[in-house]
Amino acid sequence: MKISSVKIISLLFFVLSAFYLYTAHQIQVFTFDEDAPFNARTFPIYLAYVGMFFSGLKILLPEKLSEEVNHKVLDYKKVSFLIIIMIFYGLTILRVGFFLSTSVFLLLSYYFLGERRWKWMIIFSFPFVALFMFLLHGILDIYLRDPLLKLIGVIG
Amino acid sequence: MIEGILIGLDTALSLKNILMVMMGCFFGTIIGMLPGLGPMTAIALMIPITYGFDPATGLILMAGVYYGAVFGGSTSSILINAPGVPGTVATAFDGYPMAQQGKAGKALAIAAYSSFAGGTLAAIFLLFTAPSLSKVSLAFRSPDYFALMILGLTAVSAFSARGQFLKAMMMVVLGLMLASVGQDSLSDITRFTFNNINLTDGISFVLVVMATFAMSEALMIILRGTDPSRVAKAISLTELGSIKLDKDETKKMLKTIPRSSVLGFLIGVLPGAGATIASFLAYGMERNYVNDEEKKKFGKGSVHGLAAPETANNAACSGAFVPLLTLGIPGSGTTAVMLGALLGFGIQPGPRLYMTNPEIFWSVIMSMYIGMVILLILNLPLIPYIARILAVPRTFLIPMILFFSVTGIYLMSFNTFDIFLMIGIAVVATLLRLYKFPMPPLILAFVLGGLMEENLRRSLLISDGSFNFLWDRPLTAIILSGTILLVSWQTYKSLKK
Repeated sequence: MKISSVKIISLLFFVLSAFYLYTAHQIQVFTFDEDAPFNARTFPIYLAYVGMFFSGLKILLPEKLSEEVNHKVLDYKKVSFLIIIMIFYGLTILRVGFFLSTSVFLLLSYYFLGERRWKWMIIFSFPFVALFMFLLHGILDIYLRDPLLKLIGVIG
Repeated sequence: MIEGILIGLDTALSLKNILMVMMGCFFGTIIGMLPGLGPMTAIALMIPITYGFDPATGLILMAGVYYGAVFGGSTSSILINAPGVPGTVATAFDGYPMAQQGKAGKALAIAAYSSFAGGTLAAIFLLFTAPSLSKVSLAFRSPDYFALMILGLTAVSAFSARGQFLKAMMMVVLGLMLASVGQDSLSDITRFTFNNINLTDGISFVLVVMATFAMSEALMIILRGTDPSRVAKAISLTELGSIKLDKDETKKMLKTIPRSSVLGFLIGVLPGAGATIASFLAYGMERNYVNDEEKKKFGKGSVHGLAAPETANNAACSGAFVPLLTLGIPGSGTTAVMLGALLGFGIQPGPRLYMTNPEIFWSVIMSMYIGMVILLILNLPLIPYIARILAVPRTFLIPMILFFSVTGIYLMSFNTFDIFLMIGIAVVATLLRLYKFPMPPLILAFVLGGLMEENLRRSLLISDGSFNFLWDRPLTAIILSGTILLVSWQTYKSLKK
């Protein structure tokens, strides 16, 4: 018997709800609140039961419509690259600074998505970020941490 | 009410707010033209910007984006048969054939005039009904609110995803679970933080909206290999022709607009049933109303067939503001995003909003009208030029959406943990969307989570832990009966399939 992906997701949701229920029971409440009609645990506990109910129904009820996805036509490679670049961007934004990390993030994203017109790629990365930073930092007075630009004396 | 209108006009007509409506309409039109990127993505991308303004200006900007996105969706429906948003699918039935007959300019003008008239009439309905409804809703107590929120979440689940009720309900639970992370509002006890200090204040609403809409939409486009900008390229090459309407066409529109406005507004007020349902119903209703000769023209470029859905979808957009402004409960995903933004401003929409913050209440209503005028005067003649701006390749468009999402959230907290959390939520949301798990119910539940828990707490404390509060008050019992009917109907429909 083939189990559909939606049923697997529903099963995972059932497990998540069960884990949520377990965690909800672990919430430390004040002693005087233990037997109160409502405390910090009440709503999450009901919620976990509702989650288990709906995901349970989805697992048990027969599927009338095919809900499978054709994975062969999906471009997982490019999406994975983009996610890795975004994580890299998140890791560098505070350490390297907004200007360089954002410009490199944009440049790499254009490249991995198949763009090869370097002139436009450069224009829409370094000068574009510089203009964006000027708007935020210079006009709207929003502080942007940038150790690199501070080091070379561009921002104070 | 006159005083309120004057307050609203005073706020809405300030130079800053007019500029905001213009900017919102322009930006909304651009995003609305791109298939897949609807009003929710457009508003999500705007939220970090709105936090730099006062609440009235922020909400005016978002309302402008909302209308602009619906108008942008109509443009791509008419010109190239590619609806940008689901609410404009019915527009393509007669708009596209009209454009193929060389009357693209006329079709756009009919859509713009109908949208304008529908939105204006609905804004007038809103003007008269909202204050009265606010007074009525003062009679609502915590059990009624709790029941109403359950009804709203069930209705959005029932209507937002056809035949996917159980999946939508699972998304509601997921949204409520995400909302429960962080400090409990009453006892300050931390929940589901797993000792991570970054989660103590809970998960930011903007983060969830950006992740589930803007970022996940960008990832979906790459995953599926679609190119949203091809629509804009096609539009920019389309010859529009004259935008002038003759007497006969105007006469036909004048008959259609009033009935479609009323229908659209009433559908918009209902929780869950938004612009999409309103436009289809109006199209069907109009077909029944016209004579046999006109009936034959439906699907081949009928003026009635184009004016009806366009009037109704704009009227529904205004109608959707009624439950938001009067009860503080959004009836759709888009108004849920607006509610979240308002809560971020520290404003609680509801029956007291028009007493405590009249400038917000009235200026939003007034700016709707101003937004309609701007769409008519500015956007209609500018359509080919807007499309040309938009005809950027997706290799540039997608990184820009990702950049604005990441930067938007970074500028709000300056915390890289939020960036990673957003990426994580976006990846999960993309996978869920791939298997047709709808996101609007998740957003609505996330926004309502705190209010729902608060009202359940009050109700249970009043009834000393008993669930009798669910049927003690007739109003609560009626609302809950509505929910039960809706669930039974959905179950019957799925079993029948």
